[in-house]
Amino acid sequence: MRALARFGRFWVDFVIGDDWMVAVIVVCALGVTLAATRLGWNAWPVLPLAIVLALGSTVARARRR
Amino acid sequence: MHALLLFIAVFAASAVEMIEALTIVLAVGVTRGWRSALTGVAAAVVALAVVVGALGPALSELPIDGVRLVVGALLLIFGLQWLRKAILRSAGLKAMHDEEAIYRAEIADLEESRGVEAHDWYSFTVAFKGVFLEGLEVAFIVVTLGGSQHDVALAAIGAGAALIAVLAAGVVVYAPLSRVPENTLKFAVGVMLTTFGAFWGGEGAGVRWPGGDVALLGLLLFVALAALGLVRLATMRAPAGRSGVTAS
Repeated sequence: MRALARFGRFWVDFVIGDDWMVAVIVVCALGVTLAATRLGWNAWPVLPLAIVLALGSTVARARRR
Repeated sequence: MHALLLFIAVFAASAVEMIEALTIVLAVGVTRGWRSALTGVAAAVVALAVVVGALGPALSELPIDGVRLVVGALLLIFGLQWLRKAILRSAGLKAMHDEEAIYRAEIADLEESRGVEAHDWYSFTVAFKGVFLEGLEVAFIVVTLGGSQHDVALAAIGAGAALIAVLAAGVVVYAPLSRVPENTLKFAVGVMLTTFGAFWGGEGAGVRWPGGDVALLGLLLFVALAALGLVRLATMRAPAGRSGVTAS
């Protein structure tokens, strides 16, 4: 049971980590990319831009703490 | 002639996929330890054998894009979290070794309470996902290229030769890699995990990257420059008295 709880904590920590906004930005960016490609746009620039947004915002938040 | 072309095509395509997996395993193994990373590799190989053995030629019907999307998303999130810490350390906003100290304390606690060497789920999971996804892609290459030329056995030999070549390259690269300063290595691992995560996640979402697999290099350069730019920016604006650690 303890191993299961530890495994669950690992996954929460793996996905959320120190800043849950990073996961939110990634999921939104992939959702936008998926929707755009389904509509016929080869939306490859979305993910590089999301990386800059996620990193920039998370570093800025860390600086303010 | 057709046989030679098939061998070369499978060898080259498989080598590209295997190098991606090797990069991830080396990165995780060198920075977090080999035991759990290699356990992840072994588990991925077993899982691959089960999937390939069970599906056989029907493997090409697997929803590979769905696998790429999920693996890419998880790797991208993990890579960004890792890169965030590396940027903060390099900018002097986070102590160089606090993560390491916390990690080692946790491992020591676990080992003490269980009397055995603790398992690092991070290393295991990242290594497992990298090897499983790339292994699945190699199996796809063998089944599709080999199947189209009615010579799956030769295609499998081509993939096997690529595996030997890539493993040999890994052995050669390991020694110089282990001499790279710790924070530089962690920074590079964050850049690589982020790059692979974005690349695979994008492919899974249906993106056609400009230049195909070559786009990985461009993406790697982009992520590295963005991260270095953020280190520079954060260092310039770092609050007085919190710095004192330089980027290595």
